[in-house]
Amino acid sequence: MKKQHSTMIANPFDLLTEEIVFAILDRINDDALTKKSFSRVCKAFYTIESRHRRTLRALRSDLILRALKRYRSISHLDLSLCPRVDDATLTQVAFATAGRLRSIDLSRSRVFTHLGLASLVGTCAGLVEIDLSNRTELGDSAVKAIAEAKNLERLWLARCKMVTDMGIGCVAVGCRKLRLVCLKWCLRVSDLGVGLIAMKCKEIRSLDLSYLPITEKCLSPIMQLEHLEDLVLEGCPGMDDDGLATLKHSCKSLKSLNMSNCPNVSHVGLSSLTNGADGLQQLILTYGPAVTNDLAQCMHSISGLQSIKLDGCSVTTSAIKGIGNWLASLKELSLSKCSGVTDECLSFLLQTHKELRKLDITCCRKITYASIDSITNSCTSLTSLRMESCSLVSKDAFKLIGQRCRLLEELDVTDNDIDNEGLKSISRCSKLLTLKLAICLNLTDDGLTHVANGCSMLKELDLYRSSGITDAGIAAIAHGCPALEMINIAYNDKITDNSLTSLSTCLMLKALEIRGCPSVSSMGLSAIAMGCRQLMVLDIKKCVNINDNGMIPLAQFSQNLKQINLSYCAITDAGLLALASTNRLQNMTILHLAGLTPNGLAAALLSCQGLTKVKLHKSFKPLLHQSIFEFMEARGCIFHWRDKAFRVEIDPKGWELHNGRSPEAP
Amino acid sequence: MELRLNMDRKERLSANTWKNSSSSGNELLKNISSGQPSFTNFNSQQPQQKWEDSSVVDYSTRIEPPFQEFKQHSETQSSRPGNPNNQIRLPDREDSHMSESLQNDKIQDWDPKAMLSNLSFLEEKIHQLQDLVHLVVGRRGQVLGRPDELVAQQQQLITADLTSIIVQLISTAGSLLPSVKHTLSSTTPIGQLGGVFLPSMLGLNGGVQAQNDGGSKVSDQSNQIDITGNCVNEQNYNIEEHESKDDEDADEGENLPPGSYEILQLEKEEILAPHTHFCTICGKGFKRDANLRMHMRGHGDEYKTPAALAKPNKESSSEPMLIKRYSCPYAGCKRNKDHKKFQPLKTILCVKNHYKRTHCDKSFICSRCNTKKFSVIADLKTHEKHCGKDKWLCSCGTTFSRKDKLFGHIALFQGHTPAIPLDETKAPSGPPDRGEGNEAISKVRSIINFGSNAPSGSGVQNTADVKGSMEDPTSYFSPLSFDTCNFGGFHEFPRPPFEDSESSFSFLIQGSSNYTLPGSCNYTQKSGAESSSNNLE
Repeated sequence: MKKQHSTMIANPFDLLTEEIVFAILDRINDDALTKKSFSRVCKAFYTIESRHRRTLRALRSDLILRALKRYRSISHLDLSLCPRVDDATLTQVAFATAGRLRSIDLSRSRVFTHLGLASLVGTCAGLVEIDLSNRTELGDSAVKAIAEAKNLERLWLARCKMVTDMGIGCVAVGCRKLRLVCLKWCLRVSDLGVGLIAMKCKEIRSLDLSYLPITEKCLSPIMQLEHLEDLVLEGCPGMDDDGLATLKHSCKSLKSLNMSNCPNVSHVGLSSLTNGADGLQQLILTYGPAVTNDLAQCMHSISGLQSIKLDGCSVTTSAIKGIGNWLASLKELSLSKCSGVTDECLSFLLQTHKELRKLDITCCRKITYASIDSITNSCTSLTSLRMESCSLVSKDAFKLIGQRCRLLEELDVTDNDIDNEGLKSISRCSKLLTLKLAICLNLTDDGLTHVANGCSMLKELDLYRSSGITDAGIAAIAHGCPALEMINIAYNDKITDNSLTSLSTCLMLKALEIRGCPSVSSMGLSAIAMGCRQLMVLDIKKCVNINDNGMIPLAQFSQNLKQINLSYCAITDAGLLALASTNRLQNMTILHLAGLTPNGLAAALLSCQGLTKVKLHKSFKPLLHQSIFEFMEARGCIFHWRDKAFRVEIDPKGWELHNGRSPEAP
Repeated sequence: MELRLNMDRKERLSANTWKNSSSSGNELLKNISSGQPSFTNFNSQQPQQKWEDSSVVDYSTRIEPPFQEFKQHSETQSSRPGNPNNQIRLPDREDSHMSESLQNDKIQDWDPKAMLSNLSFLEEKIHQLQDLVHLVVGRRGQVLGRPDELVAQQQQLITADLTSIIVQLISTAGSLLPSVKHTLSSTTPIGQLGGVFLPSMLGLNGGVQAQNDGGSKVSDQSNQIDITGNCVNEQNYNIEEHESKDDEDADEGENLPPGSYEILQLEKEEILAPHTHFCTICGKGFKRDANLRMHMRGHGDEYKTPAALAKPNKESSSEPMLIKRYSCPYAGCKRNKDHKKFQPLKTILCVKNHYKRTHCDKSFICSRCNTKKFSVIADLKTHEKHCGKDKWLCSCGTTFSRKDKLFGHIALFQGHTPAIPLDETKAPSGPPDRGEGNEAISKVRSIINFGSNAPSGSGVQNTADVKGSMEDPTSYFSPLSFDTCNFGGFHEFPRPPFEDSESSFSFLIQGSSNYTLPGSCNYTQKSGAESSSNNLE
């Protein structure tokens, strides 16, 4: 339509200068779809847009070069959707961007070797950022090639398991300007490599050393880094108290320290590690040894501390009280899955920390109304409260949340005893963006209507297994929350096509999960497909009434669909083939499709070019020709074979909600 | 070069003279050529070595097969007489014989005529000996299959006859050998000598044979080996090895006030002398006094008393003694007593190692890398243990045996980077998650890599090229590895026969021309065995 428009009238857009169009484009920078339609306005806009664009995410590797011909000013190239990038492509990318490339994301790409990297780095001298994560087969030679990028500032090597100290040593010597280094899961990198990088790269701000076989030996050069702000030492069992005691001083500039999963570091080690780190703001000690009063005292000595995460630690009452004795207030506290958190100590704690913004008390099963009372009473500026599975908290407590914490943006009351009255009160939090009401069996449409009326900014709503909800409630939400991006109404047999029809007015909807809603049919799905063009994630598993008729509009309209779960649906070869024509589909789960034949599956797989991950039932493995799998794998697709038995029932009776088990909403 | 040829000729001369007693001749070579005492590596026990040592100990306490005694004599001939207790100061010359030999030692020009006459005398004696041995062999052939006791009785009879000849032999050889020794110890390539000695035997061996075979054959023959003596010897080795760890630098931190210790200074010749302990009776030289004491037991029952066998130092230690420290005879050396910042050396061992390391030519070249040179054989052996395993490589070409050393180096120098072996760049399409086994393989690969590199003596690039051509993992062990194994001929052995560590073997490495290497070293190892088998025929 717009095309016609521009051709018919003597182009009025020509009057706009390039500078003005650039200014307009700057404003719409983050919205890909708007930009797309903008470039379709006229030829001039098309050219200007192609010159304006700096960031490109290629959909398929064969499109990279064509896209780069159009967009000449690309400085950031995201190839995370291209599972197959070979050396030749990398070389051509380097030449096509003519050395302007500053940042490249290869974290999901395979096939290329050190040769491609060498030519890339050789041509693009200005490279500042490289993400090579998940390249488990890349060795030192590849990292050595990267070491030639003298201007590199950010480097991700997560899960590069073949990289050793030797490669890291090359990077340390070559890339002196490094500011961010992520070596997570680089299992062959030891103290020597890490120590050298800290010795040579003095500009480092952020260092992720998670799950490395390192000891305190590499820490002394790290602690001498003048600009280090973020240090992650998660899962380093080599760190222990005795070793850390040898450290003379800590890094003054350090702002965030993550010592999660370090079972051998107690308060003794922590105090030697944080001694002198006056600027420390965040301390993450999740899944570590027990939190004692000593640890609390140790943390207390860090004056500027604002955020503590103690998830999964066993916490003593004295420790919590110790934290409560501090003078300064924390901004963020996470006590999720901490056994030992009681009403008494939580109330004491919150008397001091009135400035708390984020509080996570997920699975603190001992707390009751009293805790919620003290939380809401003292922390009125709370923006995030997560309290999933606090099953002893009574209904009345939720009223207090709405009354006192009006600034809440995120509330997780999954698996709680909340009722409509509570929800009505919570609907006063008009800034609410995320609301998780999964497994809240007392809720009905009334409550949802209140939310719809009060929380118009809501983006994320989780109603997983909240079986009191019907079409009316969903309709109210769809009407009241136009910004909705994600909704989960899984396992609700009261939901019908009407809900989907009303949700189709939420134009921003990106993720829809209606798993196990047997009343939903292809009609409803068609409405969603036509209305929600931005839909990226769709889960219609066990929607047994959805058939091929639902797939055809989906294929036609949902061009942004990336991920779909079709298991147990009444879809046949035709539906799957239609779906396979969607351009961007990457991730597909197709288990127990009664109407699917091996030939149909093969055809669908071959026609769906961008697939990276397919979950299939094991029975298909011998039925398809091996060469198909080989071909798909060569194209970058991974197959996951499942051997689950077919289960007809949607909500098996054995699924007991409040019986000590609380499955999280998927 | 001319000198060397000259020597060669002389050797040939002597070789002809010794033709009949080739096996003992080799033993002789071992002793006389040993320019340095051996300090290390005695833990690598070889059957051959045990046998030799035991024979030394056992001589005249037990009845031995003649050929063994024979060898024994030749050893004694070769040794330099001296005072066993006199390690430090110049030996007290107790008998004219010894002083004569010492003088001979110092004389640069020796009289070939006198030597020739001596040699011919020896030859005659040796013929006598040989006849006797033949007699024994003949008798043995008759009594083959009979119990050992009978054989022993027969040997006893022959031994009595032998004794007189032996005494004569010793006296002649004692005057003869120091002069030979002198020429030999001045860097004659014994490898050549060995090659000249027994070409026929080389052919007989047909190349390479594990030296263990030879050793075991011999010990089968001489099942009279004194087990206790053996044990003692082994113990001694262990002790000595510990002692040898003492480096001259070990006393670096010691700050004795000047004058609180007695400074002793050995002369160059003493430092470089192969033996420091000499038998007062037969003149045989030893590196260790413990070995000498073991040897002394053979000279009579008075040497078998616990007092005689005890360590002599212990007696003297009861008296208050001034601490002894040593000075290096090299003027201007920091270890020389005249130096301003004189730092004394703690033990004689330190003196020896220091002098050789600092003031002598580094004549031992590693046969694998062909680059590293050493003046102390023990250092060479230590290096050889690790040579080729230096897989940690810097971009500047320096190799390190330990990764942390490499990283220390890189941290120290600007612009140096770890050099990644190029073989890693190959086969990127391989399995994504390689296990530890693969690492092991790559280790092996790198070793082979360096090994193959050694002969060419070129740098890293060369290695890389070699690697680059090998794509198939099965070809990792292709000709290259054979190269390494065969190189020098001795890698195939469990461990080279280093027992007399400064023996001919080290010189073989020095004169590393290929032609005699495998054969000659083989020959050295097997000499005893050969003689025994000859006798059997």
